[in-house]
Amino acid sequence: MNTLSFRTKQMPEPKLIFDRSSAGRVGCNLPKADTPEVDLAAVLGEVREELNLPEVGELELLRHFTNLSHINFGIETGFYPLGSCTMKYNPKINEKTAGLPGFANLHPMQPVETIPGALDVLIGVQDMLCAITGFDEITLQPLAGAHGEMTCLMLIKAYYEARGEGQKRHIVLVPDSAHGTNPASAARCGYDVRPIPTNAEGNTDLEALEKALDDSVAALMLTNPSTLGLFEPNIEKICAMVHAAGGQVFCDGANMNAMVGTTRPGDHGFDCMHLNLHKTFSTPHGGGGPGCGAIGLMKHLEPYLPVPVIRRSEMKVIADYDRPKTIGRVSAFYGQFLMEVRAYTYLRAYGKEKMADISRYAVLNANYVRARLKDVLPPAHDRPCMHECILTAEKYKKENGVRALDISKRLIDYGFHPPTNYFPLIVPECFMIEPTETETKETLDEFCDALIQICHEAVENPDLLHDAPSTQIVGRLDETAAVKNLDVRWWPKS
Amino acid sequence: MPYIPHTDSDRREMLATIGAQSIDELFREIPEKLRVAPGSLDLPPALDEPRLMAHLWELSKKNVNLADVTCFLGAGVYDRYIPATVGAVISRGEFLTSYTPYQPEASQGYLQAIYEFQTMISEIYGMDLSNASMYDGATSMAEAAIMATGIKHRDKVAVSEAVHPHYRQVLDTYCWSMGIEVITLPAVATGVTDLSAAADAACIILQYPNFFGTIEDLAAQRAACDSSEALMIVVADPVACALLKPPGAFGADIVVGEGQSLGVAMGLGGPMVGLFTCKKSLIRQIPGRIVGKTKEAHGEKPGYVMTLRTREQDIRREKATSNICTNEALMALAATVHMIALGKNGMREVATASVRNTQYAIQQLTAAGAKLHYSGRVFGEFVLELPKDPTVVRDALLEKGILCGLPLGSYYDELKNCLLVAVTELRTKDQIETYASALKEVLA
Repeated sequence: MNTLSFRTKQMPEPKLIFDRSSAGRVGCNLPKADTPEVDLAAVLGEVREELNLPEVGELELLRHFTNLSHINFGIETGFYPLGSCTMKYNPKINEKTAGLPGFANLHPMQPVETIPGALDVLIGVQDMLCAITGFDEITLQPLAGAHGEMTCLMLIKAYYEARGEGQKRHIVLVPDSAHGTNPASAARCGYDVRPIPTNAEGNTDLEALEKALDDSVAALMLTNPSTLGLFEPNIEKICAMVHAAGGQVFCDGANMNAMVGTTRPGDHGFDCMHLNLHKTFSTPHGGGGPGCGAIGLMKHLEPYLPVPVIRRSEMKVIADYDRPKTIGRVSAFYGQFLMEVRAYTYLRAYGKEKMADISRYAVLNANYVRARLKDVLPPAHDRPCMHECILTAEKYKKENGVRALDISKRLIDYGFHPPTNYFPLIVPECFMIEPTETETKETLDEFCDALIQICHEAVENPDLLHDAPSTQIVGRLDETAAVKNLDVRWWPKS
Repeated sequence: MPYIPHTDSDRREMLATIGAQSIDELFREIPEKLRVAPGSLDLPPALDEPRLMAHLWELSKKNVNLADVTCFLGAGVYDRYIPATVGAVISRGEFLTSYTPYQPEASQGYLQAIYEFQTMISEIYGMDLSNASMYDGATSMAEAAIMATGIKHRDKVAVSEAVHPHYRQVLDTYCWSMGIEVITLPAVATGVTDLSAAADAACIILQYPNFFGTIEDLAAQRAACDSSEALMIVVADPVACALLKPPGAFGADIVVGEGQSLGVAMGLGGPMVGLFTCKKSLIRQIPGRIVGKTKEAHGEKPGYVMTLRTREQDIRREKATSNICTNEALMALAATVHMIALGKNGMREVATASVRNTQYAIQQLTAAGAKLHYSGRVFGEFVLELPKDPTVVRDALLEKGILCGLPLGSYYDELKNCLLVAVTELRTKDQIETYASALKEVLA
């Protein structure tokens, strides 16, 4: 098994692999061809001369990456309360099932009759996600969350085009608290984006919404629970308002972890939603991907689903391409299949009896952190939070010249990954803390104790925070210089 | 409860600190009628770990996997050698369970690895720079086309019909939603693309080698792009580029591709990894994340950060260069380990072995009664014309344990007698001869 450790500044500076290269070395036991030799230039026309890749032995290679892993923080290193990202434990059995040869060694173009077990997994995930979200249909074709958002908007676009309203409905409404992917996905589908403000209580401003709604609006993209960690209590009314104006309501499902087994977005009035299986359903984040972006939708959008559509037909599961109204393909094959195997494994581990525990303990943990920190970092809103709490460090900025980012960097010195900072954009000096359900009370206590201590430091010795982190392989890095003196690859010394 | 560590006393103490009587009370802002009772959803029962493993094992066994058959199927996803070190590195928890390196000081390991990834991908394609990865080859190509329309202020893109049909379908979907027109350029008898109809498009897109395995004339593409002031976009196979003159050497503006061949399991086609490289002058229009080298703000030590962030959705919102957020970092890490493990010589050896095996397979299979459909040069894949329905041949050979290739009739009407065959470095002389004699029997 891998051993985990997180080494810090005592470690020697890691070299680039290119600086460890020595001509003639190779880092693996290559397959040898036993077919007749050929004249490459005669076959290919022209053969390139230079290929400047490193040459290192196998052990050198492993040490290089083991040492790099020691200066990289993961969930298995320590507490990682990055808000909006749901950094929960990624069960090891998921890795084991996804590695089974009967899943890992499948070619996407092999005859579909030879992959019935894979189709069972896909439809199994679809069925369970339908039950959990309350939507009529699920597709697993999108490759990440933002890709799922985009696919939902494409379905909406196709729906209006079929009704002859494609030109007229060119606006997508996006609350000012939304993730940046929402307006970016809308723009990527050719929509004009209009912001909708959030009111003082943290809810959607209904008056502003009413004003914005007319027959030019294709959709409202709403995150529920919102990025403020709050459940939108007017959700049914909001959906009804948009529907009355002839529009569709999309749910950003980044925060599904607050709802699993407790409430279903399909029952709230939404027409479609995206899910992040790498957040809610425990597939590993992998350092920034692969994501995995299922979407759910109601019947009226079903004709436009991307192909292939995995569905039942006469007791069999099929990959259906005969879809005259489809928007087409959004990804090359069947989506992130091995991630679906992981999500399937996870869903079956919880099952009917325990599924609701996910949201129940996620919400318990977030409210506990909120309660323990309220005296040093007040919540942005005086309401129970859902799976994450939004706190503000505004007073430390005003009184001590310490920013939320400084507090975050200091947390690294205490052995914790910082929460999300400066998002949502509408809360000043913001912390977005999402503990997830898989953390113990002891871990939350240690984290809260550290943050309380840091808040005292902010008053007594603010420079400790300005200079943080001081325990890592590098101190705070100059991001402005990185843009000014762009260096995005190594070049051989000539 | 699996994966949830709370004891009864934890829960009681936590609720007391919060000042709530029950967990249910924490959900009070959700209207009562929108709540469902815990345990009431229509879901299958929970499985303990041994039963779960046994269940997944059973499902996996229902599939024909490539350990059971000899694979001559390619078409964008290849059965290639993956060194054992790749799995060992990407399963390390520090990499596997981290996320986007928003806190660079605590993420130097991944950031450095991606900087190495960017360097090697740029080198293989002969390009100035690479981003930190995209979802897959198909979406990478679509992003490149959309990037070109923005740069050229033209709402038309030209793509060869010899580009992977699934990639073109994804391009169609993306372009439809943005109101961009797609022109398809036909392939000629050698299997390369006729570029004459590409006028006033923002870009011309070729695949190298193309879907049929044929090596396209990139010098002609450059000339056609120059005369119509279009961007030259190439979808290139990184393994082939270990031997072929790289697209960058022909003056390509953007080179994209699928990185699955670089150490990523086939996995029914996901997750894979999209490659995206371009000329330096285009860096501010590039989609996705880029890692850059910098130094400490108050010191001299070098370090790595995500850079040129103002192109991205979380800062730029609707004006971002793309909506991509999460990419395929773990697969990019796999590719990094793979490229280092093989290194300069290994990459060339693998590519050379593919060429040798491919040439031998062409010789053996044509001797067995099939005909080579195109006359152009090929790298590791080719189109065979069969005297019998290719789907019938495929099914008959599968019975004999040979996954013989992809029948092309469902993609190209005029190629309904044709089969696309890939031969990687993993195939042996013996396997190729077995394929040839089985084919001969089936065709007889």
